[in-house]
Amino acid sequence: MVAVVAAVLGYFLVVRGLSFAGHALSTIGFAGAAGAVLVGVPPVYGLMTFTVIASLAISLLGRDIRERDIATGVIMILALGFGVLFLSLYHGYAERAYSILFGTVVGISRSDVLLTALSGLGVLACLAAISRPLLFSSFDPELAETRGVPVTFLGGFFLVLVAITISITTQVVGILLIFALLIGPPATALRLLHQPMQVISLAVILGLAYTWLGILLGANSSWPVSFFITAFSFGVYLPVRLLSKRGLKRVEIAFGSERHA
Amino acid sequence: MPESIVCLEEVDVHLGDASILQNINLSIEAGEFIVILGPNGAGKTTLLKVLLGLVQPTSGRVQVLGSSPRRGQREIGYIPQHRDMDAEFGLRGRDLVAFGLDGHRWGIGLPSRSRREKIDRALKEVDALELAEAPFEQLSGGEQKRLLIAQALLTDPHLLLLDEPLADLDLAYQKETVALMDKVCRTRGVTVLLVSHDINPLLQATDRVLFIAHGHAAIGAPDEVITSATLTQLYRSPVEVVHTLGRYFVVGAEI
Repeated sequence: MVAVVAAVLGYFLVVRGLSFAGHALSTIGFAGAAGAVLVGVPPVYGLMTFTVIASLAISLLGRDIRERDIATGVIMILALGFGVLFLSLYHGYAERAYSILFGTVVGISRSDVLLTALSGLGVLACLAAISRPLLFSSFDPELAETRGVPVTFLGGFFLVLVAITISITTQVVGILLIFALLIGPPATALRLLHQPMQVISLAVILGLAYTWLGILLGANSSWPVSFFITAFSFGVYLPVRLLSKRGLKRVEIAFGSERHA
Repeated sequence: MPESIVCLEEVDVHLGDASILQNINLSIEAGEFIVILGPNGAGKTTLLKVLLGLVQPTSGRVQVLGSSPRRGQREIGYIPQHRDMDAEFGLRGRDLVAFGLDGHRWGIGLPSRSRREKIDRALKEVDALELAEAPFEQLSGGEQKRLLIAQALLTDPHLLLLDEPLADLDLAYQKETVALMDKVCRTRGVTVLLVSHDINPLLQATDRVLFIAHGHAAIGAPDEVITSATLTQLYRSPVEVVHTLGRYFVVGAEI
């Protein structure tokens, strides 16, 4: 479930050039989770609260891309500070904080699972509803605006969806390794295919494969599951990136247009 | 009297504190091919945005297709200035053209036969059927431009606004693009407003020229507007126009 949602959402994240915001939101989530641990509620609530607020702040402060990266960075640093504060105030099990940072697939409570499943379905439904105008406004915000697409609203709403997704993904791979499921599969798929539906499908398959293989290997060894998942994610991305057909494609198209001219 | 597609009366536009356009009066009729010329920052793009309803004039009256400008009007096709398209979108030519059809609607947009046919027809009109399955970011500037024109045509617009469609195209593609826009203008009877820095590649297609400089505008046939006298008045400094070999050369000012 987590892998599916992360892969679908990650496609739009990569396409909108928001991978940094994705990373920042997860770091911000760390502060939220630490805060939740401190007051003694399940981390996922703290994660949700902090990331949703931060995503709204980012979309309000950062209109164009450069501004947005700066706004994202500033908010991320503030949140990190809070995270450190919460952790220093918390004198219990450091294990909890550790599991937030690096993820534990097995250490999730029943209510967490239910919440994860429900919010995951919710995110997918919302994303399906806005996908077409979202893609349009990612491609050309100006043109989309002239056609009556509420570009600013969509941007903000999308970041909120990202926030929720990060909150649920975190429980599997942890905050520091969010790239593994959110960015890795869609980035890899984008290198191989050029059609939105196919890219998303491949990203979902990759995400599921990484997660299952990671759990399988993790259960049979003493190494953590998240290590295996991230290793797969990067291990597949790198050769695809290096060997992608783009170089070949360019030559083909150059020939094609020559013939046309 | 022919129907007027675009009509501006005493229009002033301010953006923040800066006055961009002053006392613009013009009337454009159905089927005209208008080229908008002028130096950088003269307000050419702003004028297009006024027509699109993205920028509100400070004063004056604007009528587009018989009503005040508003967003989301399907009768206006718009191709914004080219920006870097380096980002990877994983979009094919066909997906891009589809935005013109229903990019503004909610939902995923399931494929259907009538949708496919409409898109194919638009692709055919700009002679780009072979680009339908190619990844957009790997196409050349001229090929991308053709797809964007197809996208703009899908709504069957009466008015086509193009912001510097010839920028960063080489001569062969410029020629091809101009011929295509000319064809679209004549066969569909679409009114075309096109922003450019150079009139010469467009001369065959052009009906009238709208020259904007320092917030003021002059409109008329190329040989009426692109003259030493008119441009000297617009630029408020001596400008010399040389009209020779069927081309215009402007000396003493930047277009």
